Amino acid sequence: MNKIALIIEREYLSRVTKKTFIIITLLGPLLFAAISIVPAWLALREHTLTTVSVIDQSGLFADKLKSNKETVFVPIGQDVSAGKKAVQKDGDHHLLLVIGQTDGKTTPDVQLFGESNPSLDLIGLVEGQIETELKNITLKQSGIDPALVEKINPKVNIQTKVLSDAGEKEGSSVAATVVGFGAGFLIYIFIFLYGSQVMGGVMEEKTNRVVEVIISSVKPFQLMMGKILGVALVGLTQFLLWVMLSYLVAQAAGTLMGTKSSTSKMTEQIAVDKETQQMVDKTSSKSGFLDELSRVNVPLIAGCFLFYFLGGYLLYSALFAAVGSAVETQQEAQQFMFPITVPIILAIVMGQFIIKEPNSNLAFWMSMIPFTSPIIMMIRIPFEPPFWQIALSMVSLILGFLGTTWLAAKIYRVGILMYGKKVTYKELWKWIRYSS
Amino acid sequence: MTPIIETQNLMKRFGDSVALDKVSLSIPRGSIFGLLGPNGAGKTTLIRMITQITAPDEGQILFDGKPLIPPHVSRIGYLPEERGLYKKSKIGEQLLYLAQLKGMSKARALEKTKEWFIRLDIKDWWNKNLEELSKGMAQKVQFISTVIHEPEFIILDEPFSGFDPVNSDVIRDEILRLHSNGASILFSTHRMDTVEELCTHVVLIDKARKVLDGSTKEIRAQFRSNRYLVDTLAPLDMSKLPWAAEESNREVDDHFRSAFILQPGQFPNELLSDLIQQAQVIGFQEELPQFHDIFVKVVTQNQFGL
Repeated sequence: MNKIALIIEREYLSRVTKKTFIIITLLGPLLFAAISIVPAWLALREHTLTTVSVIDQSGLFADKLKSNKETVFVPIGQDVSAGKKAVQKDGDHHLLLVIGQTDGKTTPDVQLFGESNPSLDLIGLVEGQIETELKNITLKQSGIDPALVEKINPKVNIQTKVLSDAGEKEGSSVAATVVGFGAGFLIYIFIFLYGSQVMGGVMEEKTNRVVEVIISSVKPFQLMMGKILGVALVGLTQFLLWVMLSYLVAQAAGTLMGTKSSTSKMTEQIAVDKETQQMVDKTSSKSGFLDELSRVNVPLIAGCFLFYFLGGYLLYSALFAAVGSAVETQQEAQQFMFPITVPIILAIVMGQFIIKEPNSNLAFWMSMIPFTSPIIMMIRIPFEPPFWQIALSMVSLILGFLGTTWLAAKIYRVGILMYGKKVTYKELWKWIRYSS
Repeated sequence: MTPIIETQNLMKRFGDSVALDKVSLSIPRGSIFGLLGPNGAGKTTLIRMITQITAPDEGQILFDGKPLIPPHVSRIGYLPEERGLYKKSKIGEQLLYLAQLKGMSKARALEKTKEWFIRLDIKDWWNKNLEELSKGMAQKVQFISTVIHEPEFIILDEPFSGFDPVNSDVIRDEILRLHSNGASILFSTHRMDTVEELCTHVVLIDKARKVLDGSTKEIRAQFRSNRYLVDTLAPLDMSKLPWAAEESNREVDDHFRSAFILQPGQFPNELLSDLIQQAQVIGFQEELPQFHDIFVKVVTQNQFGL
């Protein structure tokens, strides 16, 4: 036992002190920061005001154009050439909009003059406003009140409720989808990232020939488990550091932005700034995403995530270790990697369907089979499947990784001392049946 | 005295092939024991059983009179034929790690590692990665890793390969020093000069079976040819000698060499007294059997089922 601890210590320290580990650990949160800060920064930076001089030859639109924080519309009579001169004189932040003749039934010619090409946002803004006005004119001419049209274009937000023994609970389907799939995807990445590290480590020891020295001191099983557990700790460390650093970065960003140092405030502010009605609806209405997020069963999800995160990793890393022990080159490894990666990829692909029907038969079975359960059950967890299903799935995963570890250990102890032989599946089967 | 290692009827099969067939041997405490045999004879399999890397299908191994169990690894040191250490780890840390895996406390391991760094004069290697060292230097580190935990029983598989003559002598002296401090040593080697020079006991394994076993003295006696080499200043007249020469008057430098084989009941003094009447005898010696020849003879015989 003491020797396994030594091996874990070495595997752990030799990996977390590597430059690549430190770089990736630091880059992760920075990437997160970039994703979360850049849009906020874009929304919150100083607005540059653009003046649009309007020459409206139809007389229908000039007073309907609404200015906003970035754009001011100023009607300037009918002198096009004087308008052009003014634009040329003022430069970038002065544009000239010329709306042609129309009675409201035909689309007018609309021209926008500027020193340089105007932004797509501005073009969109002008087009949108003119189109809306044209629509309203047509509606009025047909005797329909535009306000009525607005009314018959309603928005419905379903509030999901979950019936349980404790009574009704507010549901959280949207949040569940996001959280479930996010967690499943993290597990998927983790299995691949660290499973292949285990494989690489085993191959390195085999090709270095250091393995014979080590297993004259410890049992091959101890060496294999020490490596698997050591790498698991590296993965957990990296994950926790990411969470902590991301949190710190978010806090720092919040303070920097001058908001009340909370990310949700920041999101709200962005939403308001964009003045997109839907976003405001979502954050303020009761079924809003942030609200839903707060109703997700956090302890259950966090606990299950940790369990499936480790369980899935242990199950697969044992298989990766077995592959690493059987081969000598990366090319050979590919051949055996394939059948191992199929269920993981299948799980993440099927996950997209299962998330739409988290209580289907397919979802049930895939969350019981230990090769797919770490990802599929994690996708289902936020939808709160029956407790017995979670328990059964966990037991099955534990049995699963005991099974793969047992099998892997048998291949491993023969494989690590086998050189210069092209290994086939038949050969592997023979190794499994060897006595120690 | 209880032998340090005793194997009883060891059997090992890999699929259909037999790797070891009822091998029993006894390695006396304090011996330098040569394990000889052609490639693929089963030497590595036997060594891996003693180091508990593999287990025998049948038979058992006694270490110091008791059945071999995992805690015994701390009393055994093993230098495999295929050398290998972590390439990207610092040498000092690596040796500490390996010593601790053998069951040493960290403090003791540190003390011993430092001691070896001073003894082999490699103090400035502590923070170097193994891949920065030459092959010979890496071999030195590997040797230290084998003996750092002060094992009573040291298994060395081709210990001198990869060393230049100077370093080869350094390592040989270290092995002899460990031996004189009480360690028993098992050599597996194809270099018969090493066997001649160092071994006190020898076992020869061929095709999974033990075919020769004994102290070097006994084996030399067993393979004695009773062939005597005679160097004379003048050629001998064979027709006048009552001895049948196997080789006569071959010119070597400034003298002549002849060879005679004595039959049982004949004594070298009788031959010598006949010879000195004919010519000045400047050399007279029994040709001792070389382990090289013994090896070839035994293996060839075994090959053809003689």
